[in-house]
Amino acid sequence: MTEALLQIKDLRVYYHVDAGAVRAVDGVSFNLEAGIKLGLVGESGSGKSTMALALMRMIKAPGKIESGQMILDGVDLLQLSEEKMRQTKLMKLSMIPQGAMNSLNPVMRIDKQMMDGLEDHNSLLSKEELTARIQELLTAVDLDPKVAKMYPHELSGGMKQRVCVAMAISMEPDLIIADEPTSALDVVIQRQVMAMINRLQEKLGLALILIGHDMGLMAQSVDRLAVMYAGRMMEIADTKVIFGNPLHPYTQLLISSLPVLENKGVFSGIPGVTPSLLTPPPGCVFHTRCPKARDVCRERIPVFTEVETGRWVACHLITA
Amino acid sequence: MATSLIELKNVTKIFGGKKNYTVALDDMSLALSENFPRIVTVAGESGSGKTTMGMLLLGFYSPTFGQVFYRGQDLRELTWTGMMDYRRNIQAVFQDPFAVYNPFYKVDNLLSIPIKNFKLASSGAEARSMMEEALTSVGLRPEETLGRFPHQLSGGQRQRIAVARALLLKPKLLIADEPVSMVDASLRSTILKSLRALNQDYGIPIFYITHDLTTAYHVSDYIMILYHGSVMEVGNVDKIIRDPQHPYTQLLVKSIPWPDPNMAWGDADDIINKSKVAFVKTTGCKFLPRCPRAHDICQTQPPALFAKDSDRAVACYLFKDAPVVPREELGTLFREAV
Repeated sequence: MTEALLQIKDLRVYYHVDAGAVRAVDGVSFNLEAGIKLGLVGESGSGKSTMALALMRMIKAPGKIESGQMILDGVDLLQLSEEKMRQTKLMKLSMIPQGAMNSLNPVMRIDKQMMDGLEDHNSLLSKEELTARIQELLTAVDLDPKVAKMYPHELSGGMKQRVCVAMAISMEPDLIIADEPTSALDVVIQRQVMAMINRLQEKLGLALILIGHDMGLMAQSVDRLAVMYAGRMMEIADTKVIFGNPLHPYTQLLISSLPVLENKGVFSGIPGVTPSLLTPPPGCVFHTRCPKARDVCRERIPVFTEVETGRWVACHLITA
Repeated sequence: MATSLIELKNVTKIFGGKKNYTVALDDMSLALSENFPRIVTVAGESGSGKTTMGMLLLGFYSPTFGQVFYRGQDLRELTWTGMMDYRRNIQAVFQDPFAVYNPFYKVDNLLSIPIKNFKLASSGAEARSMMEEALTSVGLRPEETLGRFPHQLSGGQRQRIAVARALLLKPKLLIADEPVSMVDASLRSTILKSLRALNQDYGIPIFYITHDLTTAYHVSDYIMILYHGSVMEVGNVDKIIRDPQHPYTQLLVKSIPWPDPNMAWGDADDIINKSKVAFVKTTGCKFLPRCPRAHDICQTQPPALFAKDSDRAVACYLFKDAPVVPREELGTLFREAV
């Protein structure tokens, strides 16, 4: 079997605050094959955005990547020097940030902002070639090439989001991390942007990690789904499999709480609140809210195990 | 006919100056009668005028043209007592569960101030038990909530306290503007359940403002689809979501990401091609530039509301043979199907 494009091994990211270490990502492992779209879902505070930042090595103090490996195409990103990591970004992996509308420089024209990254990684190209490339990229994200000469405030939210996508694909990386790329957009625009991302993903053969909490969006757009809870990975499987037959009690509750067309007026939430990541409960982090918790769940941390091909779950009930 | 609780009469709200202006709400008339314990959703994209409508009902905006009536009296002419009565009876739950709290005060404040201002309790102990009762009925444990500061509670808990506050006042109408859009998916259903319970157990009508048709379908009885300040389709929510008739509603419903991989979005070409068109001011149907089924007649003047069914009307010339529902009588569609 060929090596997966991305292998995350026992990654731990803690935020060191006065009260102690907040275990935002606590021992997460998973693999992602080339050209696959992976959805990463979880509630606020589950560590999904920290995961994204860690992959880009953009964790800032008081946060720190404590241990683990992030192997992208055979190279452990955590072992790279700052300079090497900077070169890897955009070439190998890039990010579409959360709230892309606020991540553009308001006083710089779009082409200038796009040029920065291209020039840095493509110093051999002439000015004309770079300009042509920007036009090509804008067309690829369904924008009028005229946008190049505009300022961010002249664009709508959906258009700014497209500019960010254009930047992310500018060097045709192997992996794109998209952190809630459409959460600020209307449904119709959301669908257009997702359709555009999907089209580019297929055309360029990229792997995509789509982070979010909108299970509807996930059901519509990703091949595989990873469920995080309180800094740990609960379950990973193909999207259809996980929606059809979730194994982990958390995933089961999450999926049964979703509004679908058939069960109008049925509201079921997940009782309880997420535990503090400063002092996570012993054993399985979900045991405090789990309807099926047993003694073993309170004592030992369940191991994230492959129970069927491509299907991983961390639950004593399944793996015992 | 009895006077309605609250009524918008030919209300237009315009933002901006003489040259560069936006018509947020365009000649809207809607009367909501008292003792009509139903949930009515107002849905649409950003800029459709849905929040403006809520703000007008709450008296936070005054109309550019037209009038807002509370129990038959123009809001601008209410006496102080009338105003207090209005303030008490029309309550709101807002989108952002962070912004409604003063971070320096305990969350008790949000509940105790209305009790004090409206003199709901005669003693401190009575006030306390009222607060506890309200919190319990939205599924919160008072001992875990009272005495805390906002930052010690989750977004879902804070949003439920806002619902509890509304409950405390037993309002005649609750306006909920995107109450779950900033809350995690797993908590959404809990809050919607609280709202639904408020509606069913206490008979409080709710005006639910959202862009999320999935939750609209689940909580409400009736829905109004707005586009650039005008109603596109209105009536029974089951009919409109399951079988949309207006091309705009069809576009919205098609774009719902249902959390079910077997209900795929499918081909998005129609949406992509037609939606690139920017909004232009027109004398005809506002949706015309994006409409896949436009005819010549659509350019002449905006379509009236045509009653496709007894409990649903569509503002589209495709249904021009159906009887016209006068815009002033839009509220009459909100009744049980016969």
